[in-house]
Amino acid sequence: MPEIQFTLNGERRTVNIEANDILLDVLRDKLGIKSPKCGCDRGDCGACAVLLNGKSVRSCLIFAIEVNEQEITTLEGISKNELSPLQQAFINNNSFQCGYCAPGIIITATELLNKNPHPTREEVKENLSGNLCRCTGYIPIIEAVLEASKRGKNE
Amino acid sequence: MPVIQGFEYFKPKTLNEALHLLSNNRGQASILAGGTDIVVQFKEDLITSKALIDIKGITELSKIEIKEDKLFIGACVTFTDLIESELIKNKFPIIWEASKTVGSVGIRNRATMVGNICSAVPSADSAPALLVYEALVILKNKDGERLVPISDWFIAPKKTGIQKDEIVVGILIHIPKKKYACCYEKLSRYEGEDLAQAGIGILAFEDHYYRIAFCAVGPIPTRAPKLEQFLNGKKITSPIIEEAKKILLEEITPITDIRSSRKYRIHMVKLMFERGLKKVISRLEGGKDA
Ligand code: FES
Ligand code: FES
Repeated sequence: MPEIQFTLNGERRTVNIEANDILLDVLRDKLGIKSPKCGCDRGDCGACAVLLNGKSVRSCLIFAIEVNEQEITTLEGISKNELSPLQQAFINNNSFQCGYCAPGIIITATELLNKNPHPTREEVKENLSGNLCRCTGYIPIIEAVLEASKRGKNE
Repeated sequence: MPVIQGFEYFKPKTLNEALHLLSNNRGQASILAGGTDIVVQFKEDLITSKALIDIKGITELSKIEIKEDKLFIGACVTFTDLIESELIKNKFPIIWEASKTVGSVGIRNRATMVGNICSAVPSADSAPALLVYEALVILKNKDGERLVPISDWFIAPKKTGIQKDEIVVGILIHIPKKKYACCYEKLSRYEGEDLAQAGIGILAFEDHYYRIAFCAVGPIPTRAPKLEQFLNGKKITSPIIEEAKKILLEEITPITDIRSSRKYRIHMVKLMFERGLKKVISRLEGGKDA
């Protein structure tokens, strides 16, 4: 079994995997990181999003072995000490119902605000267009991102 | 969903190493770049490979650069890389526009333009842009290199001109010498995360020569020679556009599928053609988008 090493939420981790293991499964089942969710399992819904070297990617479309020596951040890392201003904004706006899409949306919006701290409504919509939510109709989600953007950088 | 079949994973540091791995695994190896298509194929058991060769460790394949009068886009260049490149934005706006329409951020951060043309689905967003630039696909095997014009590249849906022992190293684009303008028009149900129901790329030269290419309205992305021939040498006027729309219908063979009906596609392609052509002409004249 190959062994990979990578930085997960700021900590160095080592894990034994098979070459055909999918990152999402390794995070959830081998490393106990449960925030990324499996929605569609084929890149369409965004529920499995994680940050790979700071960029949002679909962990259902990546072999775990590809992240050897790379850096992965999940919600567990973003809210290590306290909720980020973005997460707080989602609570303020009652943005989620079942919450299944929330981790992916927070990851995607975190990347957006890091790159572009003051996005327009259109930019928020465009950036979140790959994250599907079956519950809320998106408006409170977009509102929350805009609210958070008024406070600047989100980590 | 786990991937059932096992394979050996390689991450070569040089192209030579990758080409040797490929030839040692004769027809049993797959190349991995962004993985946004191939991982799904693995999950659905549509490909079998003994070896998976990840080319992301080969630094020269991540380059976007001008070599003399040509632009080189390496096989590992993602759509996000293209969108973030000032060079692409300023000098190759149609590539920039087409890149922005691919999937969503999470896909564009990983998916590559070369991967897009290797997957060769009829709706490949990169295709119209590359067709109007008359791009060349650079292929290498252990023994050498060959260049395939993009117009010969697509053979059938999901089928390209690549041989089993070859790797696509990148794409070459000749920078047109004459003054020109271009645009990509895409029809999809919503912005982001959708495949094109129809796509059209238009490039117009100052001296009234035109290059037009389609995706998603036929089995493979193609240029539209009859339409180009009709328009060449002509100044664009409303009657010319109306006439051209009729010829346009001879160039496309859209189907009805889950994304839209044939009738709707035909209707929309005509509108997109008109919109695109007007946009290009106004860009050419230095004005704002029509
Ligand atoms: S589970 Fe990965 S995108 Fe849907
Ligand atoms: S809150 Fe239920 S899927 Fe988004």
